Amino acid sequence: MSQFASLTFYHNDDARPVVDAVIADNPGVRITNMPGVVKLDCEGRLVVKRASVEERLGRPWDVQEIHLVLISMAGHLDEDDDQFAVSWSH
Amino acid sequence: MTAKKLGLKQRYAHMTRGLDWETSYQPMDKVFPYDTFEGIKIKDWSQWEDPFRLTMDAYWKFQAEKERKLYAVLDAFAQNNGQTNISDARYVNVLKLFLTGVSPLEYQAHRGFAFAGRHLRGVGPRVASQQQSLDELRHIQTQVHTMSHYNKFFDGLGEFPHMHDRVWYLSVPKSFFDDARTAGPFEYMIAIGFAFEYVLTNLLFVPFMSGAAYNGDMSTVTFGFSAQSDESRHMTLGIEVIKFLLEQHPDNLPIVQGWVDKWFWRGHRVLGLVAMMMDYMLPKPVMSWKEAWEIYFTEAGGALFQDLARYGLKPPKYADIATEEAEHISHQNWATFYQYCHAAGFHTWMPDAKHLDWLSEKYPNTFDKYYRPRWEMWAQAEKEGKRFYNGALVQLCQVCQIPMVYTEPGDPTTICFRESKFKDTRYHFCSDGCKDIFDNEPEKYVQAWMPVSQIYQGNCGGATIPDVLAWYKLNVGADNMDYVGSPDEALWNSWKADAVKAAE
Repeated sequence: MSQFASLTFYHNDDARPVVDAVIADNPGVRITNMPGVVKLDCEGRLVVKRASVEERLGRPWDVQEIHLVLISMAGHLDEDDDQFAVSWSH
Repeated sequence: MTAKKLGLKQRYAHMTRGLDWETSYQPMDKVFPYDTFEGIKIKDWSQWEDPFRLTMDAYWKFQAEKERKLYAVLDAFAQNNGQTNISDARYVNVLKLFLTGVSPLEYQAHRGFAFAGRHLRGVGPRVASQQQSLDELRHIQTQVHTMSHYNKFFDGLGEFPHMHDRVWYLSVPKSFFDDARTAGPFEYMIAIGFAFEYVLTNLLFVPFMSGAAYNGDMSTVTFGFSAQSDESRHMTLGIEVIKFLLEQHPDNLPIVQGWVDKWFWRGHRVLGLVAMMMDYMLPKPVMSWKEAWEIYFTEAGGALFQDLARYGLKPPKYADIATEEAEHISHQNWATFYQYCHAAGFHTWMPDAKHLDWLSEKYPNTFDKYYRPRWEMWAQAEKEGKRFYNGALVQLCQVCQIPMVYTEPGDPTTICFRESKFKDTRYHFCSDGCKDIFDNEPEKYVQAWMPVSQIYQGNCGGATIPDVLAWYKLNVGADNMDYVGSPDEALWNSWKADAVKAAE
C-alpha cells in the first residue's frame, strides 16, 4: 500500500511560491485542489527547499515562515535552516 | 570575522534544553504526581524529540502574524456585510452547530493541554503542550469573534456556552472531552494529541473549511485555516507522543494500543456530526464525507499505521466498521436531526432535488436504496402540511451518548443494540466499539450525565418538552424547527428581494 507524505497549503499569494517550489522539487507529486486549499502528496517523502522558495519569492525566506501558510501535513518532520521535509522513511 | 550563526537545531537546543531542574525541596514524585499511575514507563525523558523546532520568541512572532491576517479578514467581512453573500442562509446552521458543539471543545483542549503542560515530567513535552494550550485558547477566541458577527443577524448562536452544558446532542462532544480530561496525562495526550489531532481533525478542518470557502463564508474559512495552521504543530506533537511512549518501554504497547482503539472509536462517533455538516448542511457541497474518509482515514491513516507497525502497534480496532459506516453515518444523523429539530438549536430541512441527485451520485451503494425513499416520503408529507417531528424521547448510548440510531454492521435495515450489566443495572450501547469501552472502565461510564435520563429524573427544567427547551434557553419558534418558515429564512428572503429590487 502506498505511503504518501503530504503537505496542505493555503491557496493564496503567500503560499504560491512555496507550492510552486514543492511541485518543482518533488517529481511525481500529486496535486489536489479544493476551494481555498491545495494538498500535495508524494510517495515516501516531500521536501520544501529554502533556496527554491527564495528563487521564486525574490527575497530571503526563513523556513519557519511555513507556519503562516501550512494547513496540514502527514509524515515525520525533519526541519532545519535549509529545508522542511516530511517522510515515512527512517 | 564574525562567528558563524548557529544552525536551527543548535539554536533550538540552547533555547529549550537545560532550563529544567531536578527539584530539591520536594521529591519529584510529589511535584509530578500524575505521570505514573497509568502504568506508562518512561526511562529517559531526554529522548523526547521536538519535530518543530519552534522557540517561544518565534512562536509569538508567527502567532501574532496569523492573528493580524485573520482579524483583517474579519473586519473586511463585517464592513462589507459578508453575511449577505453566503450561498444560502441554510449554511449558517453549520456555524450554530460548530459554535455550540465544537468551539467549547477548543476551550476544553486549552485546559487539557495546560494540565499536561504542567504535569508531564519531561521538559520537551511540557513546552509543546503549553504552546498547544495557548493555541487552543486562541482558537476558541477567534471562533467566538468570527461568529459573533453572524449572531447580529441569525438565531441559535447567542447562548452557546449555556447550551453546550445542557442540550441533549451537545452532550456528545462535551462528554467526549470530559472523558479525555478526566483521564491521566498520557491517555489525554494519546486521546487528543494523537487520535483526535493526528488521525481525525483533518476531516473537520480541511474539507469542511474548504466547504465554508466554497459557500462564501470568508470569515469562517479564515479562522478554520488559521486554527489548522497550528494543527500541523499539534499533529507532530501527537505522533511524537506515540513514538516516544512506544520507544521507551515494551510494556507501554498494550496500554497505548487500548487507548488508540478507544479514542479512535470515540472520535469517529463525534465526527458523525461533521459528516452530516458536509453532506447535508453545505448548500453547495464540495466533497462527500465518504470521499473525505477515504483521503484522510483510509489513505493517510493507512500510511500512519503502516509506519507505526514497526513498534507492534496495530490499526485501531473496528476501523473496518467505521469505514463501512462512512456510507451511512451522515444520512442516519441527518434523519435523526430532521425528526428532532423542534428540540435543537439549529434548523434542518429536506434537501432539494439537485442535492438529492448529488447524494445519489456520491453514495451509489447506499443512498438510493436506503435513504432517498425516506427523504422523498418526508418531502411529500411537508407538501401536505404534515412536516414530521418525532415526539418520543430516545434511548442514548451510555458511552458516545448518541441516540441509538445506527445500524448493524452488514445490515443497514436493523438498528444495532448492545448491552452490558454492571452491578445489577443494564446499560445500552450503539455499537461493539462503545460497548468495549464501557466494559473496560464501567466505573467511569456509569457516572455519565445522560441527557434523556436526566430529563426523566426531573433535572432539566420540567416534565414537558417546552419546560426542557426553556431550561436550554432555546428561543422556541426562532432557534428550532424546520428552516422553511423560520425567521432566518424570512430575513434571507428579504435580503435577496432587496438585492433584486436594487438591480432593477
